[in-house]
Amino acid sequence: MKGFIFNPVLMKELKLRFRAFKSFSGLMFYLAVLIIFVSGFLLVFTDFSVSGFFKPSDSFLMFAVLSVLQMALVMFITPGLTAGSISTEREKQTLNILLTTTQTSSQIIIGKLLSSVAFLILMLIAGLPLYSMVFLFGGVSPWQFMTMFFFYFVTLIAIGSIGIMFSTLTKRTIVSMIATYGSMIFLGGITLFFFFIGFYLDEIMTVQQNTQNLNSFSPFTYFWACINPGVLIFTLLYPELADTLQLAVGIEFPNWIVYLIFYVLITVICLTIAIRKLRANMKTNR
Amino acid sequence: MIEIRNLTKMFGHFKALDELNMTVDEGVVFGFVGANGAGKTTAFSILATLLSPTSGDAFIYGKSVVKEPQEVRKLIGYMPDFFGVYDQLKTDEYLDFYGACYGLSEKERKVLIPQLLELVNLSDKRYEYVDLLSRGMKQRLCLARALIHDPKVLILDEPASGLDPRARVEMREIIKQLKQMGKTILISSHILPELAEMCDEIGVIDKGRLIAQGSVETIQSQLQGDKHITVKVLNEIEKAVKFLEEDPFVSSIEVLEGKEEITFVYKGSAEDQMKLLHKAILAGLSIYAFMEEQKDLEDVYMAITKGADSK
Repeated sequence: MKGFIFNPVLMKELKLRFRAFKSFSGLMFYLAVLIIFVSGFLLVFTDFSVSGFFKPSDSFLMFAVLSVLQMALVMFITPGLTAGSISTEREKQTLNILLTTTQTSSQIIIGKLLSSVAFLILMLIAGLPLYSMVFLFGGVSPWQFMTMFFFYFVTLIAIGSIGIMFSTLTKRTIVSMIATYGSMIFLGGITLFFFFIGFYLDEIMTVQQNTQNLNSFSPFTYFWACINPGVLIFTLLYPELADTLQLAVGIEFPNWIVYLIFYVLITVICLTIAIRKLRANMKTNR
Repeated sequence: MIEIRNLTKMFGHFKALDELNMTVDEGVVFGFVGANGAGKTTAFSILATLLSPTSGDAFIYGKSVVKEPQEVRKLIGYMPDFFGVYDQLKTDEYLDFYGACYGLSEKERKVLIPQLLELVNLSDKRYEYVDLLSRGMKQRLCLARALIHDPKVLILDEPASGLDPRARVEMREIIKQLKQMGKTILISSHILPELAEMCDEIGVIDKGRLIAQGSVETIQSQLQGDKHITVKVLNEIEKAVKFLEEDPFVSSIEVLEGKEEITFVYKGSAEDQMKLLHKAILAGLSIYAFMEEQKDLEDVYMAITKGADSK
């Protein structure tokens, strides 16, 4: 554990990241988006007047939309931070020198991942004062809030791992970026598309079989819904949606558990590939 | 000590290294000479644990680069022919980072960094950003970086390439200092006279094979079986030619027109050569110059690689 915290690659990456202007401009952009959204939301719901009031149910809606927005931003920013981590070193011709040091492949990969994760966590923490507006008006439980942040964390680690894997496998950063954003589009959009297709096909089959049982067993349809970050956010915000989904597909298994298992698996697989392929020209990955 | 045994590296159908065998003793500065694509960088990459050989193995102080790469990394300092630096790091931070990568404590790094910067004459650049340094300074900084964990072996791939004459001389002086410190140094270069000055031994590599190895003098003398001698005489050119024709070791006599100069090939020993000169003076020839043409390392290299090509 001490090795991870005092990992030289992590320390160097943090130093370089916080010296770069683009890190601060990125943070500023992120907070600006949140500020514009929160201010706009407050203004609309108070009818642009100081005499208007904000109900706890409105506050919950703001929390819901903020949560979706924050997840979208995490999915948009994480590939940009991780997809160039190894390929940039390769392009700048600094990787070979690093590989001849006694740092193991896992130390290098974990150092790179943690530095990106640290910056993303900083972003999430920097956005907390805006989130606190929700608590000011009520309607949201701290448990819901913590659950949401836990899943942000799981998602960003998984996306970060995908980015680092592509960065290790591809020689050029641009290719790695495209592959990682492609994976994001798959996880965020195509899974939802597959879910709707599956759901539609299930319905057709139910009608054709002329059965009265609407709770047809569709594990694949449920799987596509479970691994979609948007669906997860909505089912966390509105637990009754999760019940409806389970009822519709006939599977009584919490979707957040499937999500957690899937994203932890992605993290483990991607990091293992990255560690094994970092010293691609060596028979051993030590 | 470095030992390379039957090292072969294939890139598809291309054989970059072909059963390479060689040994470098402790404390020796060994120069690796070869044309582009001869296999120098491939051999260095394998020794630096960046590349696995297709077959064979190499040992650094008994540690196998194939089976114990992590142990080998502790023993070597590697400087590639092309390398980059991190834009936002200062010189001392750059060395500090690599020191940490080799597991040195903060206390050790604080003591070592000023000493290394002093060694490579960069003490005044300690707080400068590395990307602002000149190429020569970056090369020296990279050398300091390779020394941070006090390795026994230094692998320097073209350390003087792209440097101006002053920077080249500075680099050479640093390497001489490192030699005095007892480091075993493997160095490759295209600037052959420079290698001759720095190295105790040289190895000539061509098409992945080591075609000659030994001290610079040994390799030069191997090629000097046929000596080219120039004699300058006053007036009596014809008499001098006749005198030389009588010597059994002399052949290919040529007279440079308009000059008092005769060149010939001599196959005799140094003693025979001395006797020839003595006899010429006793015969009354007005010799005012008697010179053996010195082959420099470039000639040696050209001759060896030409020989290898014809095999």
